[in-house]
Amino acid sequence: MKITDIIKALNLKVISGQNGLTNEIKGGYVSDLLSDVMGNAKEGEVWITLQTHQNIIAIASLKDLSAIIIVKGSVPEADTIAKSNTENIPVLSTDQDTFSIAGRLFELLKKE
Amino acid sequence: MQFRHKIAGGDFAKAGNVASSVKKVLQQLNIDHVISKRTVIALYEGEVNVVAHAYSGIIEIEIDEEKIKIIITDKGPGIADIDQAMVEGFSTATPQVREMGFGAGMGLSNMKKNSDFMKISSIVEEGTVVELINYLKPDARQESK
Ligand SMILES: Nc1ncnc2c1ncn2[C@@H]1O[C@H](COP(=O)(O)OP(=O)(O)O)[C@@H](O)[C@H]1O
Ligand SMILES: [Mg+2]
Repeated sequence: MKITDIIKALNLKVISGQNGLTNEIKGGYVSDLLSDVMGNAKEGEVWITLQTHQNIIAIASLKDLSAIIIVKGSVPEADTIAKSNTENIPVLSTDQDTFSIAGRLFELLKKE
Repeated sequence: MQFRHKIAGGDFAKAGNVASSVKKVLQQLNIDHVISKRTVIALYEGEVNVVAHAYSGIIEIEIDEEKIKIIITDKGPGIADIDQAMVEGFSTATPQVREMGFGAGMGLSNMKKNSDFMKISSIVEEGTVVELINYLKPDARQESK
């Protein structure tokens, strides 16, 4: 499954990082602790978080994550958006909370 | 091959830049994917610790046939009790730093888990030196244990 598929299925808004939208998804990871993501997320996973500052892009890029979903309609900072575009890490947004969006993504990926 | 980077304490915007540049070098050198990923995790955490806890630092990276060696030297408050600092969850990070998702107290244990050799030396009110080694050949890794 590609990022474009989950955007449609979960009705996500694309904020930035358009060049990464064809990234292949290998799973998901939920955490707001950066060291937890650094230590435990795996390549190709979509990261669901409420963090919006630019360090999330550095982490996603270092870990080769496929995209970041920002929850509860939060708007990322301008430098997060800029960095997402240069690193080609899509930043997506949803109005839903972490529990709901993670549940829906889980169901979607389970069908694969 | 040797590289040297300066780090400024408190500069969170640049945190991860050294890890990112080293990741690119490791990819160019065709270093084993697992070794490269482990090195990037350990280095990132060491880099962030200088930014979060020290005033300034220098990261030296040395890559040869046998290993990747990283030495992180900082000027800072130092670590009074290294065993306590190593405990997962222990953190002296400020509330603002925690709010950003740093300060989970998992950095040093991530470094330990993702390196073949790790040594911390620290002098309170002077600074800290962290040495990390990842071996490129499986037999060398065994010998170091
Ligand atoms: N370079 C350093 N200089 C001073 N103190 C440090 C340094 N690195 C780690 N520490 C101390 O060790 C604690 C644990 O570090 P770590 O496991 O990386 O967790 P965190 O950085 O999330 O607090 C820190 O909160 C800090 O008190
Ligand atoms: Mg840390």
